[in-house]
Amino acid sequence: MSAELKTGAQMLIRALRDQGVDVIFGYPGGAVLPIYDALFQQNDIQHILVRQEGGAVHAAEGYARSTGKVGVVLVTSGPGATNAVTGLTDALMDSIPIVCLTGQVPTHLIGNDAFQEADTTGITRPCTKHNYLVKDVADLPRIMHEAFYVARSGRPGPVVVDLPKDVVQAKTSHYVTPAEVKHRSYRPQTKAEDHKIAEAVEMIAKAKRPIVYAGGGVINSGPKACELLTRLVHMLGVPCTNTLMGLGAFPGSDPQFLGMLGMHGTYEANLAMYNCDVMINIGARFDDRVTGRLDEFSPRSKKIHVDIDASSINKNVMVDLPIVGDAGSVLEDLLAAWQARKLQLDQKALKDWWQKIEEWRARDCLKFEQKGQVIKPQHAIKRLYELTKDRSPFITTEVGQHQMWAAQYFKFEQPNHWMTSGGLGTMGYGMPAAMGVQRAHPDALVIDVAGEASILMNIQELSCIAQYNLPVKVFIVNNQWMGMVRQWQELLHGGRYSESYSAALPDFVKLAEAFHAVGIRCDKADELDDKIMEMIETPGPVIFDCLVTKDENCFPMIPSGAAHYEMLLGPEDKAGKPISEEGMVLV
Amino acid sequence: MANHKTQVTESRTIAVLVDNEPGVLARVIGLFSGRGYNIESLTVTEVDPRQRFSRITVVTSGTPQILEQIKAQLDRLVPVHRVSDLSIEGPAVERELALVKVAGTGEKRVESLRIADIFRARVVDSSHDHFIFEMTGKSEKLDVFIDLMQPLGLVDVSRTGVVAISRGPQGL
Ligand SMILES: Cc1cc2nc3c(=O)[nH]c(=O)nc-3n(C[C@H](O)[C@H](O)[C@H](O)COP(=O)(O)OP(=O)(O)OC[C@H]3O[C@@H](n4cnc5c(N)ncnc54)[C@H](O)[C@@H]3O)c2cc1C
Ligand SMILES: Cc1ncc(C[n+]2csc(CCOP(=O)(O)OP(=O)(O)O)c2C)c(N)n1
Ligand SMILES: [Mg+2]
Repeated sequence: MSAELKTGAQMLIRALRDQGVDVIFGYPGGAVLPIYDALFQQNDIQHILVRQEGGAVHAAEGYARSTGKVGVVLVTSGPGATNAVTGLTDALMDSIPIVCLTGQVPTHLIGNDAFQEADTTGITRPCTKHNYLVKDVADLPRIMHEAFYVARSGRPGPVVVDLPKDVVQAKTSHYVTPAEVKHRSYRPQTKAEDHKIAEAVEMIAKAKRPIVYAGGGVINSGPKACELLTRLVHMLGVPCTNTLMGLGAFPGSDPQFLGMLGMHGTYEANLAMYNCDVMINIGARFDDRVTGRLDEFSPRSKKIHVDIDASSINKNVMVDLPIVGDAGSVLEDLLAAWQARKLQLDQKALKDWWQKIEEWRARDCLKFEQKGQVIKPQHAIKRLYELTKDRSPFITTEVGQHQMWAAQYFKFEQPNHWMTSGGLGTMGYGMPAAMGVQRAHPDALVIDVAGEASILMNIQELSCIAQYNLPVKVFIVNNQWMGMVRQWQELLHGGRYSESYSAALPDFVKLAEAFHAVGIRCDKADELDDKIMEMIETPGPVIFDCLVTKDENCFPMIPSGAAHYEMLLGPEDKAGKPISEEGMVLV
Repeated sequence: MANHKTQVTESRTIAVLVDNEPGVLARVIGLFSGRGYNIESLTVTEVDPRQRFSRITVVTSGTPQILEQIKAQLDRLVPVHRVSDLSIEGPAVERELALVKVAGTGEKRVESLRIADIFRARVVDSSHDHFIFEMTGKSEKLDVFIDLMQPLGLVDVSRTGVVAISRGPQGL
């Protein structure tokens, strides 16, 4: 408590500072002018001015995912808040900790359809983990600390704090520190019950064909959890697969890694999931992109599911052993219990299992042939990976085929280096996310693997990139189509390519120049490596327009409504079996 | 398993203790509508003004898997303190209150009063040509009473929805 009178806006800054915030992503407007005024008068917190509020949330997501910290957003009332909704939903789906401060009309005008009024708490209730409307400046410091606590604890997610203008202008001497705030009701369970751990190791010890299926929850838990996951998988000698959100939780080039699983996952990962007898799911949520047809999903396995959110368990897939707890804490307990009991897997069975997996692996499901000068998108991404891997780049993506190829051909050795919109699949995520990542890691190589259609969804952020001289590299895999849409139309709608052609594209090189960045175009396989090197060695931001084959499809693919063993491995497979009617209605 | 369709639907009465903060009811109702769960009845009011606790009683139905989801989803809402499935966590008392207005004269009027008497409904308002009955009991009993009033001049019904509490000395 301090006796000095301060405005709500000043208290807000103080709370942010006490939460360790050093950067916020935002855009000003009438309702938040007092907060901008308070920001102006201090030097601890940097404000990054985006060019559209949606960009601010994605930037904060990139910042959060690449650091493990809470990302902070500041937007004005009405259109500022509604522009933030997509990003908030994205953060909710992918469990990203965000605190989003929204301006609001003064309390006495709420409900009057005042200028730039929107029912922000009403609109954002379903797309946030929690939200607050601050009605009294005395509550502001407590609510701020609660918001950060809720955003980062348990299953992380976005929290909105709606701030009426009169509240941030009101004066108060009341302040509480983070340590003084204890949330009344929210206390997620992080430690699992001992008997669950005991049951789990016994179940694992009986396995003949075990697999570890690890997801974004391990990344959420932190680098320590990823290390423990790696230790467990090595100790057991079992195969490990990651979801799209889990990439980097287990080292991508480890021989025990089977690659990503699911709709565009590897043949070996999906067949191992189908044929396993014990599945150890850690921090993954049995998403429909992963399970395919539910009644054919790993039908003969016993399933262990570790998740900090009880509602993720038995939601899509019924499991045999639910364990509610933090991935890191549970992994630590599992390792200790296994070692204490001196358990051993049946080595003969494990050897046979690996032999089977090696047969699947030998299909080399990600192979492609780069012939001639026209660049294949897979080749472009593979070269990008090969030429950058020694620099441990941070990769963000947009949404589409390029995203899946990046997931397939990049190998992530560490967590927090892969930022992608998984659950919502938000085109336009990648470039602003890359800005947030670059702000958090100024000297790192940050690349947005983009599609020519997606990149246009938040192209205005090039101006933000220029303003802060963020050396982000945007690598556009330009197939002149909304490739992912075109692929589905080819497979499901008789090749009637309705509205999926990327017509009237800008000249991306000139566009780069217009935004004070460097533009590079490449349309010959022979020049690809040199030009990628030129991009990497350019100190500032670069847009790389990589012209690739237009009609390439992304394989492997499990068509919607199909089972893991019904994977299509390449174009020659696609005539095989018509997609079921049930599959047609699935997204 | 994953196939909900083949599972039987059950009805459950769930008590939820929440912080009485703005928007908490909208959050609970939004959860049910947003995820497509059924609400058969929902009541809410503050039960501890000092600690600002409200209690929500919700009667819902679904397959066992859906019911587990509903409870887990309720439990993860930030302002929720406790979720208790009164239908399975031991015996519970369930009650509902109804106000039932019946208008009419002559034989029908006499008959309505006679039935009200059998059902132990109280008359809380009356004139020469109407009664308002107040009745408390299990919802099914209220249903029967209201059905019987239908031909006797039923004009209006207001019901509270179910409130419930577990039997025995333990609290929520
Ligand atoms: C075009 C497109 C194609 C896609 N194709 C695929 C595909 O082929 N394969 C694929 O895998 N995905 C694919 N996805 C992504 C997919 O939609 C899901 O986003 C993804 O599968 C979910 O990953 P996850 O299961 O790891 O869960 P996440 O969304 O990362 O959720 C994390 C889970 O962990 C839990 N958790 C959080 N914190 C902790 C903690 N500390 N401890 C324990 N648990 C915790 C959460 O409660 C949650 O259940 C695709 C997306 C797009 C846009
Ligand atoms: C905001 C938004 N609108 C629509 C979609 C549907 N969608 C998914 S992928 C895609 C096409 C993406 O095209 P491009 O960025 O060129 O990537 P490509 O698939 O060609 O690699 C579309 C329209 C989406 N995911 N997000
Ligand atoms: Mg494209």
